[in-house]
Amino acid sequence: MQNSEVLVNSTRFVLLVLLQVVLLDHINFLGYINPYLYILFILLFPLTGNKTLLILLSFLLGLSVDIFNDSGGIHAAASVFIAYIRPLVLKFSFGISYEYNTTRISNVPINQRVLYITVMVLLHHLVLFSLEIFSISHILLILKSTLFSSIFSILLLICVLVLFSRKK
Amino acid sequence: MQQIIYFFIRNKNFLLFAVLFFLSVVLTIRTHSFHNSAFASSANFLSGGIYSVKSSITAYFGLETENQKLVDENIRLRKTLESYKRLSDPRLDTVFPSEKFQYISAKVINNSYSKTRNQLTLNKGSNDSIEKEMGVITTKGIVGVISNTSKNYATVRSILNTNSQVSAKLKKSNHAGFLVWDGENPNIVQLTDVPRLAPILVGDTIVTDGKSTIFPRDMLIGTIKDYRLNDADDYYQLDVLLFNDMTNLSNVYAIENREAIEIKQLENPDNNAEQ
Repeated sequence: MQNSEVLVNSTRFVLLVLLQVVLLDHINFLGYINPYLYILFILLFPLTGNKTLLILLSFLLGLSVDIFNDSGGIHAAASVFIAYIRPLVLKFSFGISYEYNTTRISNVPINQRVLYITVMVLLHHLVLFSLEIFSISHILLILKSTLFSSIFSILLLICVLVLFSRKK
Repeated sequence: MQQIIYFFIRNKNFLLFAVLFFLSVVLTIRTHSFHNSAFASSANFLSGGIYSVKSSITAYFGLETENQKLVDENIRLRKTLESYKRLSDPRLDTVFPSEKFQYISAKVINNSYSKTRNQLTLNKGSNDSIEKEMGVITTKGIVGVISNTSKNYATVRSILNTNSQVSAKLKKSNHAGFLVWDGENPNIVQLTDVPRLAPILVGDTIVTDGKSTIFPRDMLIGTIKDYRLNDADDYYQLDVLLFNDMTNLSNVYAIENREAIEIKQLENPDNNAEQ
C-alpha cells in the first residue's frame, strides 16, 4: 500500500467507528433496526491489499464497536468473518479476473457492485445477530433482524458510495 | 519441520481468521454469563470519555422534560416530608443510627434498549463509591443492577436484559415472583413464578420485595397488563407494564445498602469459615 492509501484507510477506520457508536447505534428504527455502516471499511479496503492485514484490521474494527456497545465480541466475529470471506465474494460478484483489471470498486458496473455489497452485508448481519441472540429457538427473530437491518444497511452503504464517489 | 512451517505460511490467513474468530466468540460468550468481563466494556477510559462528551451535548435536548420530572419529584418529596413532620414528636436522643440505604445520584451517558442484553453506562464509578451489585432506580421505578465499575464510570445491567433477574411482589398481597424479560418489548417485562393462589387483577401494582440486598422494599416497578398460567398450570406469568420509560433515562440513583455485607456474611456461613 502507498502512503496516501494508508492515511485514507486509517482516517476511514476512525471516522466510521465514531459515526457508528455515536450516531447510528442509537437510531433504533421501529424499535430495533440499526444500520451497520462501519463495514464500509472492509468493503472499500484496496482489492489488491494484503489479506492478512485486512483480517487483523477487521478484528480491531469490530472490537472497537464492541467495546462501545458492551456486546462482547459479536461485531469482531462478524467483521473477521466477512474479511476472511471477501476474496470469495469478490470472485463471485466481479468474476475471476477482478485482481487484474480493476483496482477500484467505483470502476465496476453498478449491478455487480450492489451484488457485492448485498452478499457481504447479509453474511455480516447473519453472523452478528446469530451471536447476539445466541439461541436456536429464536431463529425467526435472528432472520427477521438480519433481513430488516440488512435492507437499511445496504441502502445507506449505496447512498454513501454514491455521495462520496470520485468523478472522473 | 519445514513442512509444518510451510503449512503455517500457506494457511496463515485461515489460521489468523480462525484464531480471531474464536477469540471474538469467547468474548461474546463471556458477556452472556452473569458477570461480564471488564475488558471489553464501555466503562473504560476512552469509550466512557467519548460517551460523556456525546451525552453532554445531547442532554440539552431533553432538558425541559427532565426539569419537569425533577420538579414533580421535589413536590412529591415535600409532601412526604410534611407528613413526616406531623408524625415525629420531639425526641430526647438526637443521635440516630445511620440510614440503612444511601442514594447516589448519577447521569446515564449511554443507554441501550433494542438488544436482548441491554446495558447502560453511568458517569460515576468507584470514586463515588458505586460498587457492583448495587441497585439503580429513577424517580419512577427500578432500572437495573450495577454490573461493572471503573474509577469514573459504571455499567448497569438493565432489567431489559435476558440475564437479569430481580425479585418482586404484588403490592397488594405480598405474593412474590421473579422479574425477567423475554426480549420483545422495552415497555413490558415478565413476572414469573407467582403462585396460583395470588389474587391478580389487571392494573395492580408490582413492587420490589426487599428480600435481596440490592433493592429496598416497595420500590415501584409497574402495573399488571396481562396474565396467564404457565405450561404446567401451577404458576402465573404476568406481563408488567413498566412505570419507567426505559428508552428515555437521564437522571438515576444508585442505592447503597450499608448492611449488605453483614447480611451476606450471615447468609453464607461457609465463606466465614474459610476466612
